[in-house]
Amino acid sequence: MPERPADSALSEGLPDAAVFHEAQAEVYADAVVAAPGGVAGEVDDVVKRRLGPAFWVAVGWLVLVTAVAALAPVLPIEEPERIGVGGRYEGFTGDHWLGTDKLGRDVFARTVFGARVSLVVGFAAVAGGLVVGGLLGLLAGYRRGWFERVVMGFADVLLSFPAVILALAIVTFLGHDMWKIVLALGILSIAPITRLARANTLQWSQREFVLAARTLGAKDRRILFREVLPNVLMPMASLALIGVAIVIVAEGTLAFLNVGIENSISWGKLVLEGKDSLEQAPHVAFVPSAAMFFTVLALNFAGDRLRAHFDVKEGLL
Amino acid sequence: MRFVLRRLTNLVVVLVVVSFLTFLLMNLLPGGPEVNYLGPLYVSDLSRCEAGDIDPQLAEGCTQTIRLRETLGLDQPFLERYGRWLGNAATGDLGDSYKNGVPVMDTITESLPTSLWLMLYAQVIAFTLAIPVAIYSAYRAGRWFDRGATTVSFGVIAVPVFILAILFIFLFGVKLGWFPTIYDPTASVGERIKGMFLPALTLGLGLGAVYARLLRTDLVATLQEDFILMARAKGMSTRHILLRHALRPSTFSLITVAGIQVGALIGGALVVERIFSMPGLGSVVTESVFRRDYQVVQGAILVITSAYVMVNIVVDLIYGYLDPRVRHARAAG
Amino acid sequence: MSAEPDSGHRFAEASDAPLLEVADVKTHFRTERGTVRAVDGVSFSLERGKTLGIVGESGSGKSVLARSIMGLLPGHNVVRAGSIRFEGREIGDLGPKAMQEFWGAQMAMVFQDPMTSLNPVMKIGRQITESLRYHLDVSKGFASETAEALLASVGIPEPKRRLKEYPHQLSGGMRQRVTIAIALACGPKLLFADEPTTALDVTVQAQILDLLEQQQRERFMAMILVTHDLGVVAGRADDIAVMYAGKIVEKAPTRVLFTEMRHPYSEALLNSIPKLADPSHTRLQAIGGRPPDLVRPPPGCSFAPRCPYAQERCRVEEPPLVEHESEHAYACWFPVGTREGEEALRRNRAASAAPASAGGS
Repeated sequence: MPERPADSALSEGLPDAAVFHEAQAEVYADAVVAAPGGVAGEVDDVVKRRLGPAFWVAVGWLVLVTAVAALAPVLPIEEPERIGVGGRYEGFTGDHWLGTDKLGRDVFARTVFGARVSLVVGFAAVAGGLVVGGLLGLLAGYRRGWFERVVMGFADVLLSFPAVILALAIVTFLGHDMWKIVLALGILSIAPITRLARANTLQWSQREFVLAARTLGAKDRRILFREVLPNVLMPMASLALIGVAIVIVAEGTLAFLNVGIENSISWGKLVLEGKDSLEQAPHVAFVPSAAMFFTVLALNFAGDRLRAHFDVKEGLL
Repeated sequence: MRFVLRRLTNLVVVLVVVSFLTFLLMNLLPGGPEVNYLGPLYVSDLSRCEAGDIDPQLAEGCTQTIRLRETLGLDQPFLERYGRWLGNAATGDLGDSYKNGVPVMDTITESLPTSLWLMLYAQVIAFTLAIPVAIYSAYRAGRWFDRGATTVSFGVIAVPVFILAILFIFLFGVKLGWFPTIYDPTASVGERIKGMFLPALTLGLGLGAVYARLLRTDLVATLQEDFILMARAKGMSTRHILLRHALRPSTFSLITVAGIQVGALIGGALVVERIFSMPGLGSVVTESVFRRDYQVVQGAILVITSAYVMVNIVVDLIYGYLDPRVRHARAAG
Repeated sequence: MSAEPDSGHRFAEASDAPLLEVADVKTHFRTERGTVRAVDGVSFSLERGKTLGIVGESGSGKSVLARSIMGLLPGHNVVRAGSIRFEGREIGDLGPKAMQEFWGAQMAMVFQDPMTSLNPVMKIGRQITESLRYHLDVSKGFASETAEALLASVGIPEPKRRLKEYPHQLSGGMRQRVTIAIALACGPKLLFADEPTTALDVTVQAQILDLLEQQQRERFMAMILVTHDLGVVAGRADDIAVMYAGKIVEKAPTRVLFTEMRHPYSEALLNSIPKLADPSHTRLQAIGGRPPDLVRPPPGCSFAPRCPYAQERCRVEEPPLVEHESEHAYACWFPVGTREGEEALRRNRAASAAPASAGGS
């Protein structure tokens, strides 16, 4: 059983859980997020090392979704807001592949445009979180001392907040436009990213090549960016993918609770719209649901495969 | 015992910090409860009231805003307000709701049980699903059941809670009609259990998938240990070995994760309570955030955070009880 | 011990048939690298009350052999062949379910590391009594008393208290005594001790070996002592089998083995043990070369690449295990102490002394 590391003074009081997260990240990630494709025992390692065909399928889907979403305005699909392009609640037809909703709007088009918002929010929030959280974690892990304690203390507190409430609060008070939501979700993603960045930095900065660089007189900043960062970046990439999935779900949840982005379509909003017509026209809710599900699944899968891939490389070192 | 005391004192520290930050957040962000009360009359920037001629509507807004703030006590210095709130909170008085004047404590105590039952129900479902699946997966590791279970778990974890909820509503409620899709708190106990099933399942399924994966991995690792071979060499049956030798040491991670997951459960509960119209604390909080009812939000966050921390303290205690090595280490120091 | 089955006292009617007869047993593991021939044709027999020492370095197959005989191998990717007869009954082809009746009650095993072979979260008493209750179907109280007596008989002080304790509360030596107690609980006729002292302090090793010897005598058990250390079996085994690359290369009664060692590997093992009589700073003699490849064994004798006596014939033709002298079998074309062997050695030494050659074997 792995030990739980003692952490910042504040975290002593916080649920050991928050501290536990770090130590058990390996076990947890392995067990929970671990994608199918591995077999127990030594064969596990061999299979995990290769990214595998499923990985590329997942990446393919992600690329497809992103491309279609990005190119949506120029693609030959219906306008998402146009009412009455088809009948009410039409099923899957030739004209409207994925049917229409209660106002006769094309579901496929709406889902595609919904992707734009969901994906942008996802990537933007995580990108922001990566930059801020990554930097904080990097510095905390490298510098140690009071800076580390303060940063980790804040991270712990942030983590012990029920995230949904925080998101709700920020969104309610700040407003419902897209960038405020990105901000809210970005802030929420800082804490876990900081933890991971710090943990990885700690691991890497104890290695000998860093010590060697130091004794050669290299300045801290140089060491940090040239030696430590590139190595920390890899596991962070996989966390980022999973993070995007989480943010997409979070945005979807907020939209579903009707506190999402005003006056725009996102997957969550579409599902909310479809909720009332489950009986007559379930496709209105389930098409965007499926889109979200597959995207999140692909992100989780890809993220985990990457992690397993790089983990083993570390082991070989 | 010393351990418990230490954790409890830390709980207090955490609560103070968290409540302070919440207070800060509520008061720094623009748009407090005044917005809801006064609507268009609300004047956010009161310095405009000092200017020379202001038009009558603005003047009216100024008076109303100032009066409201006085009534609600919002014109007093921040720290003073926080101090007073904290002092009151320590005695169990969390103030009154801005909306309807009902004491916050009452609202919370009324709605808390529903949420607690929901979360407990969800955990029960999760464990009931996870443990047998994990045991069989570990027993036949690498075979079709294991692979299938892994794939399914992975898929389930990827489904957002709200989508799962409407899926269940569609499947069990609309199509099959087995379970009610709206929760009726006034129904009989039996009906309520049935009514809570879908929401609890929604939460419990994802949770169960997480647990199943974790337990399976731990079990597989435990099964490689020497003492399992020793138990076999004694002639113990496979069932005995799985249940009596392998299971217990493998549950440690699971118990701890179950504690952590309560946090996710709280978030999920908010969504689920809304979708199934359950009058739990989650609904209360969501409503209060929309209505900018600071007092309720503040009080609720306090309660939720302390519940979360206490659950994890209990989890730690249970962990210590289950693992004699930890128990003795703790007793020693 | 009153609780035990009568097996210990039947030696008056000792059967002619040996307790254990192993004939050409093979155990191969299918892995990605190929088929690992861990045990490749081992035969011997063992009588009640006797001790057989199986000696070899890591990878020689000695542990796998012990587990093969007991039937404790993993389920898949294992190929087994050969015959294992226990008390005249063939058990080599029995599955785990059938073997469960034997494990603990007829044959038992003591493992190397007592820290890992005991369940860390189960009380010691329970680890003993569960076996008793399963095989002998006795009551809880009775099992408890028996467990206490067992602990006392293996030399653990305050046995009643220990029943309620956990493994981590005992010292290494104590823990090994407990595993021995567990193994002996149901009175097995055959005990395997797989490196029982390797994980223990030197001071405790002798105690544990003495304990095993004493228990074996009292119970008239057969024992197979598996170890890499010739010193461990020196005074304690009746017969010794030396294993290399999955095969037995020499087998003899202990005294005979030590006084008339024939196989070069046995000799090398013996020489590698530092002797008290040697002057200080004497160089330790290691066996040169690398352990054999069990997937693609080279043709001929598997020890040839590392053997100081090796000749051309050794690299081509594998020597069979033959009982060349009374009760003394070995597999070698140029055995130690024989005329052919001495000549072979001389030839090799001369060849390596010649100027242009690389280092010897």
